[in-house]
Amino acid sequence: MLDTTVALLVAAVLAGTPLLLGALGEILTERSGNLNLGVEGMMFMGAITGLIGSFFYEQAVIGAGLAPSGALSALIALLVSFLAGAFGALIYGFLTITLRANQNVTGLILTIFGTGFGNFFGEYFGLKAGGYIAVSKATKSAFAPINIPYLSDLPVVGKLFFSYNWMVYFAIALAIAMAWFFFKSRVGLNLRAVGEDPAAADAAGINVSRYRYFATVIGGGICGIGGMYMCMVTTSGVWVHGCVSGYGWLAVALVIFATWRPLRGMVLAVIFGGLMVMRMYISIPGLPAQIYEMVPYVITILVLVITSIRQSKEHAMPASCGLNYFREDR
Amino acid sequence: MSTKAGAKREPLLRMVKRDDLSPLRAWAYRGIAFILALVCGGLLILVLGHNPILVYRDMVIGAWGSSTVIRETIKLTVPLLVTAIGLAAAFKMKFWNIGGEGQILVGAVAAGFFGLYTAQIFPRPILIILMMLAGMAAGGLYGLIPALFKAKWRTNETLVTLMLNYIALAFVKYLMNGPWKAPGSTFPKMPMLVSGGRMTQVLGVHWGWILALVIVVIAWFYFNKTKQGYEISVVGESENTARYAGISVKKVIIRTMFISGALCGLVGMMQFAGADYTITEGTAGGVGFTAITVAWLAKMNPFGMLVVALFIAMLGRGSNTIQTIYKIPASASSLLIGIILFFMLGCEFFVRYRLVKRGKEVPDA
Repeated sequence: MLDTTVALLVAAVLAGTPLLLGALGEILTERSGNLNLGVEGMMFMGAITGLIGSFFYEQAVIGAGLAPSGALSALIALLVSFLAGAFGALIYGFLTITLRANQNVTGLILTIFGTGFGNFFGEYFGLKAGGYIAVSKATKSAFAPINIPYLSDLPVVGKLFFSYNWMVYFAIALAIAMAWFFFKSRVGLNLRAVGEDPAAADAAGINVSRYRYFATVIGGGICGIGGMYMCMVTTSGVWVHGCVSGYGWLAVALVIFATWRPLRGMVLAVIFGGLMVMRMYISIPGLPAQIYEMVPYVITILVLVITSIRQSKEHAMPASCGLNYFREDR
Repeated sequence: MSTKAGAKREPLLRMVKRDDLSPLRAWAYRGIAFILALVCGGLLILVLGHNPILVYRDMVIGAWGSSTVIRETIKLTVPLLVTAIGLAAAFKMKFWNIGGEGQILVGAVAAGFFGLYTAQIFPRPILIILMMLAGMAAGGLYGLIPALFKAKWRTNETLVTLMLNYIALAFVKYLMNGPWKAPGSTFPKMPMLVSGGRMTQVLGVHWGWILALVIVVIAWFYFNKTKQGYEISVVGESENTARYAGISVKKVIIRTMFISGALCGLVGMMQFAGADYTITEGTAGGVGFTAITVAWLAKMNPFGMLVVALFIAMLGRGSNTIQTIYKIPASASSLLIGIILFFMLGCEFFVRYRLVKRGKEVPDA
């Protein structure tokens, strides 16, 4: 019983991490007043580019007759996936901030584009690599669980806290840093002001467009990293067609549940990660597997409805979220 | 429209709203954007080491080159077109129904119930009508779920419709594995619809294409010439205006979403009874998402959607051909669609605004 609970919790953290990364990226974006529904697309873009980045690095090093370094390969994947997500967000930002396109539509199109982007290049490079694209052992081991002497061997505690890959700790650190940024830093305060009331922020001398661009692009990059997690950890370094499917959208929902707060997002990501993997750990007699599969989605809808019923000022979306800001329209 | 006097230099470019662009010029702009998108896609093909002109040509031939492939292309067009019209009804009132996939699947399942279990009882015309009604009712009711939440509590409909897609998909998988599993089959699949329950072919394609054309005309009339269509537009423009005008916003949302879902459900029925003759996880096959782009590119105009759906179906069909010839993955079509959409979206800015160079024109006060 204890073993199962611990195993479920560990799996929940592992499954929740990409959700957390996607949600963190989107929280940053929405705090600036941009509602970017392209999280799924940006995650796809980060997933495939991160994998390809590592793959090419390995090929180049092996081609030169050397052994690839796992740490370097992971770093390349991190950087490339960030850039890819940021690139997707830049398209979104250019269209909505500069060209004033509708945010909802632009985000949906970014999802369509990013999904196509991921699947296309996944298949394309897969065909070139002779069937499928996969990274070598060196990179895989860089994404394996860490092992801290003594700590990781502790019963229960070791498993629960010291048995994850580095990206889990990276995501947690990012959530804490982001919470500090929003609520304790000057720039974070400015950013929140832009999201709540861009006209007032503008009058106070804050460059609304610049804040929105930076928040959106960096947020998109974080989503891209979340996508990279999906294909490096969840599918163990192999490209699986449509591997992100649904996680990006769950991340968008998570932002609402977390009431735009990074630390709450952290807790909720573990809960939703748990819901995604629960059926593999706890069997409910008489419940067919496919009906069990619906659980996270049904709960998402229920929570969405409940949060919308219990709307309060404090927990509401940043007031200008979803609306473009035109100075001359005031 | 004032630049801060003296504090900063006038920016190199500034934008001025235009109100004088003729529709012809506007469409010319969109045409240019479209060509630029194709050029952009062509560059990608070039980078992959192929001749873009040849690839594009083979895509067109792959979709329109022979009567066999034309039939296949039309078969792809029908679900896209009808779904797009259904989604457009919701989009016109700014209700982001991205649950087309789910509504198509439940429509197919409801039709499947009659098709798989009552085909021996009813003669074909009655069976077809039953399946259609069932599909539309199921799709419509499924569409009502997000509509009710939205109307009552303003629940985010984008996410609810999306989650309902995954739920419908899991339900279809459940039916395939359990209650509706084909007898004697070793892997999960549903039985085939008996030939007596299938939609008749007209010119080589099930008669759903005629129905789709009829729906185009009806939808145009409904959107533009009826009171209900007008109400949809008003709610889409501004809910407050609608309220002042005495329109019940809730009623419009609920009614329109039923129609939207019902059309998607009808697509599910046609995919089942006209195209696949069975139901799988792939019955909706991304149509619910691709149709969003069809509706958007056509600016919610049903006749425009007919043209765009034919074009997108051509890309879909043609991408299969280039996969065989050039080993370019078929996902290229969704990538290309994404690029085209980005360009069309950006182009709207230039339809609404024009750029003025520094010092060219004195800004009026």
